[in-house]
Amino acid sequence: MFRISWKDMLQRYGIVLGFVIVVLTLSLLSPSFLTTRNLLNLTRQTSVHGIMAVGMTFVILTGGIDLSVGSLLALCGVVCASLEHAEWPLPAVLAGTLLLGAAAGWLNGLVITKGQVTPFVVTLGTMSVARGLAHIYTDGQPISSFGAPFRWIGSGEIQHVPVPVVLFLATVACAAFVLQHTVLGRYTYAIGSNEVATRLTGVAVDAYKATAYVVCGLTAAVGAVVLTSRLNAAESVAGTGYELDVIASVVIGGTSLSGGRGSVWGTLIGALLIGAINNGMNLLMIPSYYQLVVKGAIIVAAVLVDRLRAREAC
Amino acid sequence: MLQRRRPSCRVILLLAGSLVWLTGCQRQARDERPVIGLAVPSLTHPFFIYLKDNVLDEARQLGVEVIAADAEDVAARQMAVVEDFIARDVAGVLMSPIGADALVPAVESLNAAGIPVATVDRQVNGGDVLVHVGADNVEGGRLAARYILEQLGGKGDIIQLEGTPGASPAIDRKGGFEEALGNSSARIVASQPADFQRAKGQTVMENLLQVHENFQAVYAANDEMMLGAIEAMEARKIDAARVVTVGYDAIPDAIRYVREGRLDATVEQYPGQQARTALRLLVEYIREKKRPAAPHVFIKPVVIDARNIDAAEQKR
Repeated sequence: MFRISWKDMLQRYGIVLGFVIVVLTLSLLSPSFLTTRNLLNLTRQTSVHGIMAVGMTFVILTGGIDLSVGSLLALCGVVCASLEHAEWPLPAVLAGTLLLGAAAGWLNGLVITKGQVTPFVVTLGTMSVARGLAHIYTDGQPISSFGAPFRWIGSGEIQHVPVPVVLFLATVACAAFVLQHTVLGRYTYAIGSNEVATRLTGVAVDAYKATAYVVCGLTAAVGAVVLTSRLNAAESVAGTGYELDVIASVVIGGTSLSGGRGSVWGTLIGALLIGAINNGMNLLMIPSYYQLVVKGAIIVAAVLVDRLRAREAC
Repeated sequence: MLQRRRPSCRVILLLAGSLVWLTGCQRQARDERPVIGLAVPSLTHPFFIYLKDNVLDEARQLGVEVIAADAEDVAARQMAVVEDFIARDVAGVLMSPIGADALVPAVESLNAAGIPVATVDRQVNGGDVLVHVGADNVEGGRLAARYILEQLGGKGDIIQLEGTPGASPAIDRKGGFEEALGNSSARIVASQPADFQRAKGQTVMENLLQVHENFQAVYAANDEMMLGAIEAMEARKIDAARVVTVGYDAIPDAIRYVREGRLDATVEQYPGQQARTALRLLVEYIREKKRPAAPHVFIKPVVIDARNIDAAEQKR
């Protein structure tokens, strides 16, 4: 009994061990790393990727993938910025942006389920479409400088905690609740474990699968609002390559790329791990060419620790 | 057949004929209104959009036609673009090559087809190029360093934000900057890459602010990174007047920041003037077979600050 739960613990929390190792190493190397100020800074920087990674977790749990999130972030960002410039009231700006993100995600889901096309190909296409639309919408020019209420989302604080961090943690908590305690959550796991069996038990698989993409689009829109507000500018080139960091966060967090296994808590750790690496390299002033090597190596090492620990426990 | 043509057609034919006769050239279709192919790395980046707009405007004044093609930042696609230009038998090609080595075969193909080629902003390492018009990124880096030294009285701690690792403007702008600091009493306390991106400039600056409290200047290899860094500094309530900030490229946003007193200076390389000069020299060669006096034309970069802000190209 004890043995089984011990093994289970390690399988579940092996990545936490990897995270702790990285954090310990960084705090030994740089005295500035483990300070309240830097930890708040680190989580604030991680929040955009992290929020998007939460939505990506839903998609990957169903056994799918969404490559369009980075481009969608750019499209939602420039639309959000232009709505703000058009002096829409703040709730309307946010609602409009979130609606756009959700609609784009729904479109992804619709083509994937009804058209029965592989998610990889569909979202590869929408990745290009969304980026193109963002360029067309702005003619390639940045949209910058916003009013104080909008800027509060990215740069404000609640009880000394940055608003993006609050949004990030709230998103994780909401997603954890949905995945663990609702029908939607259970079916999301079921579809990823065995889609055919789930369909045969009479579950409306298509609807639940499409919902995962809606959630992913929605989180991309939330990420867009936070990034645009934080940067005080929206650009059609924003979010280039974000899909890779976002997917990496989910996978490092222990969610299986074949679906059915994983959690948003793992994703939270995965996102923080990548954030810590980027932050630590700046603090340690590692020269530019070495950063690429170090980052990749640490990601692979972190996942290896996870897998090796899990195997040892057998 | 001829009788059925409308009179306006006949007038145009007559005009065209006289033009051909006046210029005394053999290949009329090509020489009366030459078609120039414009191959830029990307038509979505603000810098290249601006370059293209200037080329199109200059083309209107010169009476030539320009067809612009996007290569989406992929060298192989730009090669295909050039091959299409050759197939269309354009009179000349104006190119900003994605890779200095990767596009050499493209230039050689143009040479073999007898189509003159000029490069703007970026160069190629081989083939026969009529003329290269560009900016001296090393010199721009030096100017930025001299500006900072002048503002700080020759000493102080500087933070540098580098461009994309390995990209030639990133290497040159950093190289010139560090060379001009030389053995002055100023020193670079941190130098980190932010990949020419605004969001990354903000993130990297936020991280550096965790370690560095006292610094007197920030230099970024482009304005996008600089504006991100300024957002980071303003969020930390760092007094802009206390820190000398210098960006690069003189983009419209940066000029606005200079005007608002939130940025001290930016390096202007006159990309519009570069593009116009290159096209003009190319068209002169096509029309008059006149080779440019020198194979390289470097537009001298200038530091723009509040005092000479009217010298900026993109004032908006």
